[in-house]
Amino acid sequence: MTVSEHAKKYPEIWRRFSPTETLLRYLGYLVTVGVAVWAVSFLDLPWFYFLDAHIQALDLFTRMWPPDFEFWETLMDPLIETIHIATLGTIFSFFIAFPIAFLSARNTTFNTATWFVGRFILVTSRSVNTVVWGLLFVAIFGPGPMAGIWAIAFRSIGFMGKLVAEAIEEIDEGVVEAIEATGASRLQVLLFGILPQVLPVIYGTAVYRWDINIRESTVLGFVGAGGIGILLYSSINQFQWQEVSLILLTVFGVVLISEFVSAAVRQRIS
Amino acid sequence: MTSSEITTTADTPGWNRIRMIENPNVRYGLVVIALIYILWSAGTLEMNWTRLLNGIPRAVNMFSRMFPPDFGRWNLLVKGMLESIQMALAASLFGMLLAIPLGICGASNLVPKPVYLAARALIVLSRTFHEIIIAIFFVKIFGFGPLAGVLTLIVASTSFISKMIAEDIENMTPGQLEAIRATGASFPKLLIYCITPNTLPRFLGVSIYRLDANIRHSTVVGIVGAGGIGQVLAASFSRYDYDFSLAILITIVTLVFAGEFISSWVRNYLR
Repeated sequence: MTVSEHAKKYPEIWRRFSPTETLLRYLGYLVTVGVAVWAVSFLDLPWFYFLDAHIQALDLFTRMWPPDFEFWETLMDPLIETIHIATLGTIFSFFIAFPIAFLSARNTTFNTATWFVGRFILVTSRSVNTVVWGLLFVAIFGPGPMAGIWAIAFRSIGFMGKLVAEAIEEIDEGVVEAIEATGASRLQVLLFGILPQVLPVIYGTAVYRWDINIRESTVLGFVGAGGIGILLYSSINQFQWQEVSLILLTVFGVVLISEFVSAAVRQRIS
Repeated sequence: MTSSEITTTADTPGWNRIRMIENPNVRYGLVVIALIYILWSAGTLEMNWTRLLNGIPRAVNMFSRMFPPDFGRWNLLVKGMLESIQMALAASLFGMLLAIPLGICGASNLVPKPVYLAARALIVLSRTFHEIIIAIFFVKIFGFGPLAGVLTLIVASTSFISKMIAEDIENMTPGQLEAIRATGASFPKLLIYCITPNTLPRFLGVSIYRLDANIRHSTVVGIVGAGGIGQVLAASFSRYDYDFSLAILITIVTLVFAGEFISSWVRNYLR
Protein backbone atom coordinates (compact mmCIF):
# COMPACT_ATOMS: atom_id res chain seq x y z
CA MET A 1 0.00 0.00 0.00
CA THR A 2 1.48 3.26 -1.07
CA VAL A 3 1.21 6.42 0.90
CA SER A 4 -1.54 7.84 -1.31
CA GLU A 5 -3.59 4.67 -1.01
CA HIS A 6 -3.13 4.71 2.73
CA ALA A 7 -4.28 8.31 2.86
CA LYS A 8 -7.37 7.42 0.82
CA LYS A 9 -8.20 4.50 3.06
CA TYR A 10 -7.67 6.41 6.30
CA PRO A 11 -8.63 10.00 5.53
CA GLU A 12 -8.48 11.00 9.19
CA ILE A 13 -5.16 12.73 9.69
CA TRP A 14 -3.78 12.94 13.18
CA ARG A 15 -3.19 16.49 14.23
CA ARG A 16 -1.74 17.72 17.48
CA PHE A 17 -4.21 20.58 17.76
CA SER A 18 -7.85 20.84 16.76
CA PRO A 19 -8.75 23.74 14.44
CA THR A 20 -10.15 25.74 17.36
CA GLU A 21 -6.97 25.21 19.33
CA THR A 22 -4.88 26.30 16.37
CA LEU A 23 -6.99 29.40 15.99
CA LEU A 24 -6.66 30.23 19.68
CA ARG A 25 -2.92 29.63 19.55
CA TYR A 26 -2.45 32.01 16.63
CA LEU A 27 -4.72 34.51 18.36
CA GLY A 28 -2.40 34.27 21.37
CA TYR A 29 0.64 34.92 19.17
CA LEU A 30 -1.15 37.86 17.57
CA VAL A 31 -1.98 39.38 20.95
CA THR A 32 1.63 38.92 22.12
CA VAL A 33 3.03 40.58 19.01
CA GLY A 34 0.41 43.32 19.31
CA VAL A 35 1.39 44.00 22.92
CA ALA A 36 5.07 44.10 21.95
CA VAL A 37 4.43 46.52 19.10
CA TRP A 38 2.23 48.73 21.29
CA ALA A 39 4.77 48.78 24.11
CA VAL A 40 7.75 49.54 21.88
CA SER A 41 6.07 52.07 19.58
CA PHE A 42 4.52 54.13 22.36
CA LEU A 43 7.77 54.31 24.30
CA ASP A 44 8.99 56.56 21.49
CA LEU A 45 12.50 55.22 21.58
CA PRO A 46 15.23 57.21 19.85
CA TRP A 47 16.41 54.47 17.49
CA PHE A 48 19.21 56.62 16.05
CA TYR A 49 20.97 56.25 19.41
CA PHE A 50 21.77 52.72 18.28
CA LEU A 51 23.85 54.11 15.43
CA ASP A 52 26.71 55.29 17.62
CA ALA A 53 26.09 52.91 20.53
CA HIS A 54 29.01 50.65 19.69
CA ILE A 55 31.32 53.66 19.44
CA GLN A 56 30.13 54.91 22.82
CA ALA A 57 30.51 51.46 24.38
CA LEU A 58 34.00 51.03 22.95
CA ASP A 59 34.94 54.48 24.16
CA LEU A 60 33.71 53.60 27.62
CA PHE A 61 35.71 50.39 27.75
CA THR A 62 38.95 52.00 26.58
CA ARG A 63 38.51 54.61 29.30
CA MET A 64 37.86 51.93 31.91
CA TRP A 65 40.94 49.89 31.09
CA PRO A 66 43.15 49.34 33.04
CA PRO A 67 41.49 49.51 36.47
CA ASP A 68 43.08 52.03 38.81
CA PHE A 69 44.46 49.73 41.52
CA GLU A 70 45.84 52.65 43.54
CA PHE A 71 42.24 53.41 44.38
CA TRP A 72 42.08 50.25 46.47
CA GLU A 73 42.78 51.97 49.80
CA THR A 74 39.91 54.45 49.43
CA LEU A 75 37.69 51.58 48.47
CA MET A 76 38.22 49.42 51.54
CA ASP A 77 36.14 51.31 54.12
CA PRO A 78 33.03 51.83 51.98
CA LEU A 79 33.23 48.17 50.97
CA ILE A 80 33.13 47.03 54.60
CA GLU A 81 30.34 49.51 55.23
CA THR A 82 28.36 47.96 52.37
CA ILE A 83 28.66 44.51 53.92
CA HIS A 84 27.70 45.91 57.33
CA ILE A 85 24.63 47.60 55.88
CA ALA A 86 23.49 44.36 54.28
CA THR A 87 24.17 42.24 57.37
CA LEU A 88 22.69 44.59 59.96
CA GLY A 89 19.70 45.27 57.71
CA THR A 90 19.09 41.53 57.41
CA ILE A 91 19.40 41.06 61.19
CA PHE A 92 16.91 43.86 61.88
CA SER A 93 14.44 42.59 59.32
CA PHE A 94 14.80 39.10 60.78
CA PHE A 95 13.33 40.30 64.08
CA ILE A 96 10.62 42.43 62.47
CA ALA A 97 9.59 39.89 59.84
CA PHE A 98 9.25 37.10 62.37
CA PRO A 99 6.08 38.31 64.21
CA ILE A 100 4.58 39.62 60.97
CA ALA A 101 5.00 36.20 59.36
CA PHE A 102 2.96 34.65 62.18
CA LEU A 103 0.31 37.33 61.67
CA SER A 104 0.05 36.64 57.96
CA ALA A 105 -0.07 32.83 58.11
CA ARG A 106 -3.68 31.65 58.12
CA ASN A 107 -3.19 29.04 60.83
CA THR A 108 -1.41 31.24 63.39
CA THR A 109 -3.09 34.60 62.91
CA PHE A 110 -5.71 35.81 65.37
CA ASN A 111 -8.52 36.75 63.00
CA THR A 112 -9.14 37.91 59.45
CA ALA A 113 -8.36 41.51 60.32
CA THR A 114 -4.89 40.72 61.69
CA TRP A 115 -4.25 38.42 58.74
CA PHE A 116 -5.13 41.22 56.37
CA VAL A 117 -2.91 43.69 58.25
CA GLY A 118 0.01 41.24 58.08
CA ARG A 119 -0.48 40.63 54.37
CA PHE A 120 -0.78 44.35 53.73
CA ILE A 121 2.53 45.06 55.49
CA LEU A 122 4.26 42.32 53.50
CA VAL A 123 2.91 43.52 50.15
CA THR A 124 3.79 47.16 50.84
CA SER A 125 7.29 46.23 51.94
CA ARG A 126 7.83 44.16 48.82
CA SER A 127 6.41 46.53 46.24
CA VAL A 128 8.61 49.43 47.26
CA ASN A 129 12.12 48.90 45.95
CA THR A 130 15.12 49.06 48.29
CA VAL A 131 16.35 52.22 46.59
CA VAL A 132 12.97 53.90 47.04
CA TRP A 133 13.01 52.91 50.71
CA GLY A 134 16.50 54.43 50.70
CA LEU A 135 15.12 57.72 49.36
CA LEU A 136 12.56 57.74 52.17
CA PHE A 137 15.01 56.98 54.95
CA VAL A 138 17.60 59.42 53.66
CA ALA A 139 14.91 62.09 53.96
CA ILE A 140 14.33 60.97 57.55
CA PHE A 141 17.79 60.19 58.93
CA GLY A 142 19.91 62.19 56.54
CA PRO A 143 22.51 60.58 54.28
CA GLY A 144 24.55 57.72 55.74
CA PRO A 145 24.56 54.01 56.49
CA MET A 146 21.70 54.34 59.00
CA ALA A 147 19.28 55.11 56.17
CA GLY A 148 20.72 52.21 54.19
CA ILE A 149 20.28 49.71 57.01
CA TRP A 150 16.63 50.62 57.45
CA ALA A 151 16.02 50.60 53.71
CA ILE A 152 17.45 47.07 53.50
CA ALA A 153 15.50 45.99 56.57
CA PHE A 154 12.18 47.36 55.32
CA ARG A 155 12.50 45.77 51.92
CA SER A 156 13.54 42.40 53.37
CA ILE A 157 10.56 42.20 55.75
CA GLY A 158 8.21 41.48 52.87
CA PHE A 159 10.46 38.88 51.29
CA MET A 160 11.26 36.97 54.47
CA GLY A 161 7.79 37.38 55.93
CA LYS A 162 6.14 35.96 52.83
CA LEU A 163 8.36 32.88 52.60
CA VAL A 164 8.19 32.17 56.35
CA ALA A 165 4.40 32.65 56.37
CA GLU A 166 4.11 30.14 53.54
CA ALA A 167 6.28 27.71 55.52
CA ILE A 168 4.09 28.17 58.60
CA GLU A 169 0.97 27.42 56.56
CA GLU A 170 2.54 24.16 55.37
CA ILE A 171 3.57 22.76 58.76
CA ASP A 172 2.49 19.36 60.04
CA GLU A 173 -0.66 20.09 62.08
CA GLY A 174 -0.32 16.77 63.90
CA VAL A 175 2.64 18.04 65.90
CA VAL A 176 0.70 21.17 66.88
CA GLU A 177 -2.26 19.06 67.95
CA ALA A 178 -0.03 16.78 70.01
CA ILE A 179 1.43 19.76 71.87
CA GLU A 180 -2.05 21.25 72.35
CA ALA A 181 -3.25 17.93 73.78
CA THR A 182 -0.71 18.22 76.59
CA GLY A 183 -2.50 21.37 77.70
CA ALA A 184 0.16 23.74 76.44
CA SER A 185 -0.59 27.43 76.27
CA ARG A 186 -0.66 29.30 72.97
CA LEU A 187 2.89 30.50 73.47
CA GLN A 188 4.11 27.00 74.27
CA VAL A 189 2.44 25.62 71.16
CA LEU A 190 4.24 28.28 69.20
CA LEU A 191 7.59 27.54 70.81
CA PHE A 192 7.51 23.74 70.79
CA GLY A 193 5.06 22.90 68.02
CA ILE A 194 5.46 25.44 65.26
CA LEU A 195 8.87 27.03 65.71
CA PRO A 196 11.03 23.88 65.40
CA GLN A 197 9.28 23.05 62.14
CA VAL A 198 9.89 26.44 60.50
CA LEU A 199 13.30 27.35 61.95
CA PRO A 200 15.30 25.85 59.07
CA VAL A 201 13.17 27.84 56.62
CA ILE A 202 13.63 31.01 58.66
CA TYR A 203 17.41 30.68 58.76
CA GLY A 204 17.53 29.64 55.13
CA THR A 205 15.52 32.65 53.94
CA ALA A 206 17.56 35.00 56.13
CA VAL A 207 20.82 33.79 54.59
CA TYR A 208 19.31 33.87 51.11
CA ARG A 209 18.06 37.41 51.64
CA TRP A 210 21.45 38.42 53.04
CA ASP A 211 23.11 37.55 49.77
CA ILE A 212 20.48 39.50 47.80
CA ASN A 213 20.96 42.39 50.23
CA ILE A 214 24.70 42.52 49.56
CA ARG A 215 23.83 43.08 45.93
CA GLU A 216 21.22 45.71 46.77
CA SER A 217 23.41 47.60 49.22
CA THR A 218 26.00 48.23 46.50
CA VAL A 219 23.63 50.72 44.88
CA LEU A 220 22.08 52.30 47.96
CA GLY A 221 24.78 54.96 47.87
CA PHE A 222 23.22 56.41 44.70
CA VAL A 223 20.53 57.97 46.83
CA GLY A 224 22.97 58.76 49.64
CA ALA A 225 22.24 55.77 51.85
CA GLY A 226 25.85 54.76 52.47
CA GLY A 227 28.14 52.02 51.20
CA ILE A 228 30.25 51.63 48.11
CA GLY A 229 27.49 53.13 45.94
CA ILE A 230 28.42 56.64 47.08
CA LEU A 231 31.94 56.12 45.79
CA LEU A 232 30.70 54.56 42.56
CA TYR A 233 28.30 57.42 41.96
CA SER A 234 30.90 60.10 42.58
CA SER A 235 33.48 58.32 40.41
CA ILE A 236 30.96 58.11 37.58
CA ASN A 237 30.02 61.75 37.96
CA GLN A 238 33.70 62.74 37.84
CA PHE A 239 34.21 60.46 34.81
CA GLN A 240 36.92 58.54 36.69
CA TRP A 241 36.21 55.43 34.66
CA GLN A 242 39.33 53.58 35.81
CA GLU A 243 38.15 53.91 39.40
CA VAL A 244 34.70 52.77 38.29
CA SER A 245 36.11 49.61 36.77
CA LEU A 246 37.97 48.73 39.97
CA ILE A 247 34.79 49.30 42.00
CA LEU A 248 32.83 47.10 39.62
CA LEU A 249 35.47 44.35 39.85
CA THR A 250 35.28 44.49 43.65
CA VAL A 251 31.49 44.43 43.65
CA PHE A 252 31.59 41.46 41.31
CA GLY A 253 33.96 39.61 43.64
CA VAL A 254 32.03 40.38 46.81
CA VAL A 255 28.67 39.42 45.30
CA LEU A 256 30.09 36.14 43.96
CA ILE A 257 31.64 35.28 47.34
CA SER A 258 28.43 36.12 49.22
CA GLU A 259 26.40 34.02 46.81
CA PHE A 260 28.78 31.13 47.32
CA VAL A 261 28.73 31.47 51.12
CA SER A 262 24.94 31.71 51.21
CA ALA A 263 24.55 28.64 48.97
CA ALA A 264 26.95 26.65 51.17
CA VAL A 265 25.17 27.66 54.40
CA ARG A 266 21.74 26.91 52.94
CA GLN A 267 22.90 23.49 51.83
CA ARG A 268 24.06 22.71 55.36
CA ILE A 269 20.80 23.91 56.92
CA SER A 270 18.41 21.93 54.76
CA MET B 1 4.81 10.46 95.83
CA THR B 2 3.38 13.69 94.40
CA SER B 3 3.80 14.65 90.84
CA SER B 4 6.38 17.29 91.61
CA GLU B 5 8.60 14.64 93.19
CA ILE B 6 8.38 12.48 90.08
CA THR B 7 9.69 15.20 87.86
CA THR B 8 12.60 15.88 90.15
CA THR B 9 13.65 12.25 90.35
CA ALA B 10 16.92 11.77 88.58
CA ASP B 11 16.02 8.52 86.84
CA THR B 12 12.99 9.90 84.98
CA PRO B 13 13.87 9.99 81.31
CA GLY B 14 14.34 13.65 80.53
CA TRP B 15 13.16 15.41 77.43
CA ASN B 16 15.29 17.89 75.62
CA ARG B 17 14.13 20.26 72.96
CA ILE B 18 15.23 19.26 69.52
CA ARG B 19 17.71 21.87 68.45
CA MET B 20 18.82 22.73 64.97
CA ILE B 21 22.43 22.72 66.10
CA GLU B 22 23.00 19.81 68.45
CA ASN B 23 26.31 20.91 69.93
CA PRO B 24 25.61 23.59 72.61
CA ASN B 25 29.11 25.03 72.23
CA VAL B 26 28.57 25.68 68.54
CA ARG B 27 25.07 26.99 69.21
CA TYR B 28 26.04 29.56 71.82
CA GLY B 29 29.33 30.24 70.05
CA LEU B 30 27.40 31.39 66.98
CA VAL B 31 25.23 33.67 69.11
CA VAL B 32 28.34 35.18 70.74
CA ILE B 33 29.98 35.68 67.34
CA ALA B 34 26.81 37.37 66.07
CA LEU B 35 26.72 39.71 69.09
CA ILE B 36 30.41 40.60 68.70
CA TYR B 37 29.81 41.27 65.02
CA ILE B 38 26.85 43.55 65.74
CA LEU B 39 28.86 45.54 68.31
CA TRP B 40 31.85 45.82 65.98
CA SER B 41 29.85 46.85 62.93
CA ALA B 42 27.72 49.29 64.91
CA GLY B 43 30.99 50.81 66.16
CA THR B 44 32.60 51.21 62.75
CA LEU B 45 29.44 52.61 61.18
CA GLU B 46 29.69 55.61 63.53
CA MET B 47 25.98 55.58 64.06
CA ASN B 48 25.05 58.86 65.54
CA TRP B 49 22.31 58.28 68.07
CA THR B 50 21.47 61.96 68.45
CA ARG B 51 20.89 62.07 64.71
CA LEU B 52 18.62 59.08 65.01
CA LEU B 53 16.63 60.92 67.68
CA ASN B 54 16.58 64.06 65.54
CA GLY B 55 15.22 61.93 62.74
CA ILE B 56 12.01 61.18 64.59
CA PRO B 57 10.54 64.72 64.44
CA ARG B 58 11.78 64.94 60.86
CA ALA B 59 9.96 61.72 60.03
CA VAL B 60 6.80 63.06 61.68
CA ASN B 61 7.14 66.27 59.69
CA MET B 62 7.64 64.32 56.47
CA PHE B 63 4.67 62.07 57.05
CA SER B 64 2.45 65.01 57.92
CA ARG B 65 3.47 66.62 54.63
CA MET B 66 2.75 63.38 52.82
CA PHE B 67 -0.88 63.40 53.90
CA PRO B 68 -3.17 63.74 52.14
CA PRO B 69 -1.59 62.22 49.00
CA ASP B 70 -1.86 64.60 46.10
CA PHE B 71 -3.34 62.99 43.00
CA GLY B 72 -3.75 66.41 41.38
CA ARG B 73 -1.01 65.82 38.83
CA TRP B 74 -2.55 62.54 37.75
CA ASN B 75 -1.68 63.05 34.10
CA LEU B 76 2.02 63.02 34.98
CA LEU B 77 1.41 59.98 37.16
CA VAL B 78 -0.48 58.06 34.48
CA LYS B 79 2.12 58.91 31.85
CA GLY B 80 4.98 57.67 34.03
CA MET B 81 3.09 54.57 35.06
CA LEU B 82 2.18 53.72 31.46
CA GLU B 83 5.81 54.16 30.47
CA SER B 84 6.87 51.80 33.26
CA ILE B 85 4.34 49.18 32.18
CA GLN B 86 5.39 49.45 28.55
CA MET B 87 9.05 49.16 29.54
CA ALA B 88 8.23 46.06 31.58
CA LEU B 89 6.20 44.45 28.77
CA ALA B 90 8.78 45.15 26.07
CA ALA B 91 11.64 44.00 28.29
CA SER B 92 9.86 40.77 29.26
CA LEU B 93 9.10 39.85 25.65
CA PHE B 94 12.61 40.56 24.38
CA GLY B 95 14.06 38.91 27.45
CA MET B 96 12.02 35.78 26.73
CA LEU B 97 13.23 35.66 23.14
CA LEU B 98 16.90 36.23 24.02
CA ALA B 99 16.74 33.81 26.93
CA ILE B 100 15.88 30.83 24.71
CA PRO B 101 19.26 30.59 22.91
CA LEU B 102 21.19 31.61 26.01
CA GLY B 103 19.33 29.09 28.15
CA ILE B 104 19.96 26.28 25.68
CA CYS B 105 23.66 27.18 25.51
CA GLY B 106 23.77 27.14 29.32
CA ALA B 107 22.57 23.53 29.62
CA SER B 108 25.53 21.23 30.10
CA ASN B 109 23.77 18.17 28.69
CA LEU B 110 23.11 19.75 25.30
CA VAL B 111 26.09 21.80 24.22
CA PRO B 112 29.89 21.38 24.19
CA LYS B 113 31.79 22.52 27.26
CA PRO B 114 33.23 25.83 25.90
CA VAL B 115 29.80 27.04 24.80
CA TYR B 116 28.35 26.03 28.17
CA LEU B 117 31.05 27.89 30.09
CA ALA B 118 30.72 31.02 27.96
CA ALA B 119 26.92 31.09 28.36
CA ARG B 120 27.13 30.50 32.10
CA ALA B 121 29.77 33.23 32.47
CA LEU B 122 27.49 35.65 30.64
CA ILE B 123 24.55 34.74 32.88
CA VAL B 124 26.60 35.12 36.07
CA LEU B 125 28.09 38.42 34.91
CA SER B 126 24.75 40.03 34.19
CA ARG B 127 23.15 38.63 37.33
CA THR B 128 25.84 39.98 39.65
CA PHE B 129 25.37 43.65 38.94
CA HIS B 130 22.35 45.42 40.29
CA GLU B 131 19.90 46.78 37.71
CA ILE B 132 20.81 50.33 38.63
CA ILE B 133 24.50 49.81 37.85
CA ILE B 134 23.58 48.34 34.47
CA ALA B 135 21.14 51.22 33.94
CA ILE B 136 23.91 53.77 34.49
CA PHE B 137 25.96 52.22 31.72
CA PHE B 138 23.05 52.14 29.34
CA VAL B 139 22.27 55.76 30.17
CA LYS B 140 25.87 56.60 29.34
CA ILE B 141 25.73 54.70 26.04
CA PHE B 142 22.14 55.43 24.91
CA GLY B 143 21.39 58.67 26.69
CA PHE B 144 18.60 59.45 29.15
CA GLY B 145 15.14 58.03 28.64
CA PRO B 146 13.17 54.80 28.51
CA LEU B 147 15.51 53.13 25.99
CA ALA B 148 18.19 52.72 28.65
CA GLY B 149 15.55 51.43 31.04
CA VAL B 150 14.21 48.86 28.58
CA LEU B 151 17.71 47.59 27.79
CA THR B 152 18.52 47.28 31.49
CA LEU B 153 15.40 45.27 32.13
CA ILE B 154 16.09 43.13 29.06
CA VAL B 155 19.54 42.24 30.42
CA ALA B 156 18.09 41.41 33.84
CA SER B 157 15.21 39.35 32.43
CA THR B 158 17.39 37.47 29.96
CA SER B 159 19.85 36.35 32.61
CA PHE B 160 17.07 35.35 35.01
CA ILE B 161 14.93 33.42 32.51
CA SER B 162 17.89 31.77 30.80
CA LYS B 163 19.26 30.53 34.12
CA MET B 164 15.89 28.94 34.87
CA ILE B 165 15.66 27.37 31.39
CA ALA B 166 19.20 26.00 31.63
CA GLU B 167 18.49 24.44 35.02
CA ASP B 168 15.21 23.01 33.76
CA ILE B 169 16.92 21.39 30.76
CA GLU B 170 19.68 20.00 32.94
CA ASN B 171 17.11 18.46 35.29
CA MET B 172 15.35 16.63 32.46
CA THR B 173 15.42 12.85 32.56
CA PRO B 174 18.21 11.75 30.20
CA GLY B 175 16.01 8.96 28.80
CA GLN B 176 13.84 11.30 26.77
CA LEU B 177 16.84 13.02 25.25
CA GLU B 178 18.36 9.66 24.39
CA ALA B 179 15.14 8.36 22.86
CA ILE B 180 14.81 11.29 20.50
CA ARG B 181 18.51 11.17 19.68
CA ALA B 182 18.23 7.43 18.92
CA THR B 183 15.72 8.16 16.16
CA GLY B 184 18.48 10.09 14.40
CA ALA B 185 16.94 13.48 15.10
CA SER B 186 19.00 16.52 14.29
CA PHE B 187 19.67 19.18 16.93
CA PRO B 188 16.77 21.45 15.88
CA LYS B 189 14.43 18.44 15.93
CA LEU B 190 15.70 17.56 19.38
CA LEU B 191 14.85 21.06 20.50
CA ILE B 192 11.36 20.99 19.01
CA TYR B 193 10.25 17.51 20.02
CA CYS B 194 12.05 16.98 23.30
CA ILE B 195 13.21 20.20 24.93
CA THR B 196 10.21 22.37 24.07
CA PRO B 197 7.45 20.15 25.47
CA ASN B 198 9.53 19.56 28.58
CA THR B 199 10.44 23.13 29.39
CA LEU B 200 7.57 25.17 27.96
CA PRO B 201 5.32 25.28 31.06
CA ARG B 202 8.20 26.30 33.34
CA PHE B 203 9.45 28.79 30.77
CA LEU B 204 6.05 30.49 30.53
CA GLY B 205 5.66 30.48 34.31
CA VAL B 206 9.08 32.03 34.86
CA SER B 207 8.42 34.61 32.13
CA ILE B 208 5.14 35.65 33.73
CA TYR B 209 6.91 35.92 37.07
CA ARG B 210 9.59 38.02 35.38
CA LEU B 211 6.95 40.35 33.92
CA ASP B 212 5.75 40.97 37.44
CA ALA B 213 9.33 41.53 38.65
CA ASN B 214 9.99 43.86 35.71
CA ILE B 215 7.03 46.03 36.69
CA ARG B 216 8.58 46.29 40.15
CA HIS B 217 12.05 47.08 38.79
CA SER B 218 10.80 49.51 36.15
CA THR B 219 9.69 51.75 39.00
CA VAL B 220 13.28 52.16 40.11
CA VAL B 221 15.59 52.36 37.07
CA GLY B 222 14.18 55.86 36.54
CA ILE B 223 16.14 57.07 39.55
CA VAL B 224 19.29 57.19 37.42
CA GLY B 225 17.38 58.72 34.50
CA ALA B 226 16.30 55.61 32.64
CA GLY B 227 12.64 56.58 32.28
CA GLY B 228 9.40 55.39 33.80
CA ILE B 229 7.64 56.31 37.00
CA GLY B 230 10.93 56.15 38.94
CA GLN B 231 12.09 59.34 37.26
CA VAL B 232 8.90 61.12 38.36
CA LEU B 233 9.29 59.70 41.88
CA ALA B 234 12.93 60.77 42.23
CA ALA B 235 12.04 64.25 40.95
CA SER B 236 9.18 64.60 43.43
CA PHE B 237 11.47 63.54 46.28
CA SER B 238 14.18 66.01 45.36
CA ARG B 239 11.59 68.81 45.14
CA TYR B 240 10.16 67.84 48.57
CA ASP B 241 6.76 67.25 46.96
CA TYR B 242 6.10 64.55 49.51
CA ASP B 243 2.34 64.49 48.99
CA PHE B 244 2.89 63.71 45.30
CA SER B 245 5.53 61.10 46.25
CA LEU B 246 3.01 59.33 48.44
CA ALA B 247 0.49 59.36 45.59
CA ILE B 248 3.12 57.75 43.33
CA LEU B 249 4.04 55.18 45.98
CA ILE B 250 0.39 54.25 46.50
CA THR B 251 -0.03 53.81 42.75
CA ILE B 252 3.11 51.64 42.56
CA VAL B 253 1.94 49.43 45.43
CA THR B 254 -1.48 49.03 43.83
CA LEU B 255 0.01 48.20 40.45
CA VAL B 256 2.49 45.71 41.89
CA PHE B 257 -0.27 44.11 43.92
CA ALA B 258 -2.46 43.78 40.82
CA GLY B 259 0.48 42.47 38.78
CA GLU B 260 1.31 39.88 41.41
CA PHE B 261 -2.30 38.78 41.60
CA ILE B 262 -2.58 38.35 37.84
CA SER B 263 0.78 36.63 37.58
CA SER B 264 -0.02 34.10 40.31
CA TRP B 265 -3.41 33.45 38.70
CA VAL B 266 -1.80 32.82 35.30
CA ARG B 267 0.89 30.60 36.82
CA ASN B 268 -1.75 28.52 38.58
CA TYR B 269 -3.63 28.24 35.30
CA LEU B 270 -0.48 27.10 33.47
CA ARG B 271 0.14 24.46 36.09
